[in-house]
Amino acid sequence: MPALPLDEAGKYVAAAYIVFVVLLVVYIGIMAAKLSRISQEIEEIAERAEREQAAGSRQQSAADPEAGIETPEVSR
Amino acid sequence: MKPSVLGTLALLTALLIGAGFALVFFYAANEADQGFVQKIFYLHVPLAIIALGGFIVAGIHAIRHLRSGEAVHDARSYVSIHASVIFGVAVLVTGAIWAKASWGRWWVWDEPTLVSFLIVFLLYCTYYPLRYAIEDRERQARYASVFAITAGAFVPLNFMAVRAAQSLVHPRTFGTVEGGMPTDMWLTFLVCFAGLALLWVTLVSFELTAKRASGRLARLRRALADGDPDPSATGVGGRIAPGRAGAR
Repeated sequence: MPALPLDEAGKYVAAAYIVFVVLLVVYIGIMAAKLSRISQEIEEIAERAEREQAAGSRQQSAADPEAGIETPEVSR
Repeated sequence: MKPSVLGTLALLTALLIGAGFALVFFYAANEADQGFVQKIFYLHVPLAIIALGGFIVAGIHAIRHLRSGEAVHDARSYVSIHASVIFGVAVLVTGAIWAKASWGRWWVWDEPTLVSFLIVFLLYCTYYPLRYAIEDRERQARYASVFAITAGAFVPLNFMAVRAAQSLVHPRTFGTVEGGMPTDMWLTFLVCFAGLALLWVTLVSFELTAKRASGRLARLRRALADGDPDPSATGVGGRIAPGRAGAR
């Protein structure tokens, strides 16, 4: 087959490179969605851990009233 | 892999691919026979070589998994196959576009190079249903590794068989009398190849990092649910379970 003229060949070349870029963008989009879900879960876990920690320290201070009182710093 | 290293890798990949594509359109001469359409070569051929190479890499990781029993090698094998299948899709689509432009048809069924690549691609597409048909994680990983090794061994055999076969229309670009390329085309090809190879490495590292993070998260969640005061003591960061690592 003889070489295609530039205006016709250009469409095929553009299509091939666009397909590659689209595939790449779709892949990166899917990975970005996954990562945002992971970071959202991390936030949820961090909030939950903070809540549990706060509840734990409240229980501890209720059992031992002096446990939560900080000793005042003595300046020299 | 640390996020900073991953970021540097991604930046290097983008630079190299950008440089490669710039060379394709502004430096490499148009091929005498096919003209401008031959520019697809710089995308299609490296993608095909890297996809097939990736399947072999997956087989090597699978061997390491069977030898050591470490789940991280299974995860690497899984992710390598995943990236190579994506590259395989790009190879088939860009190849079909090039075939239409050069031969006037989207696909030629009696061409060994095309059909053999399609067979390899479809073979690896069966990896996922095979893997997830097995419930038990250990058996799933073991069977997937056996598959990756067998299929990985098939790739070079298939490549040699195709090289030995009489090609009808698909050109033999390297190592043949009629396939010599001038220096500008070689340089462009090598830069594109390096950029796309780095892209494969980046995608694999990116996905492995995401899987590791979701695996750790799932363990943290379990540790918190069990009321374990020290989640790190439950093996966080150890095993990576591909695909369903982040499943709750």
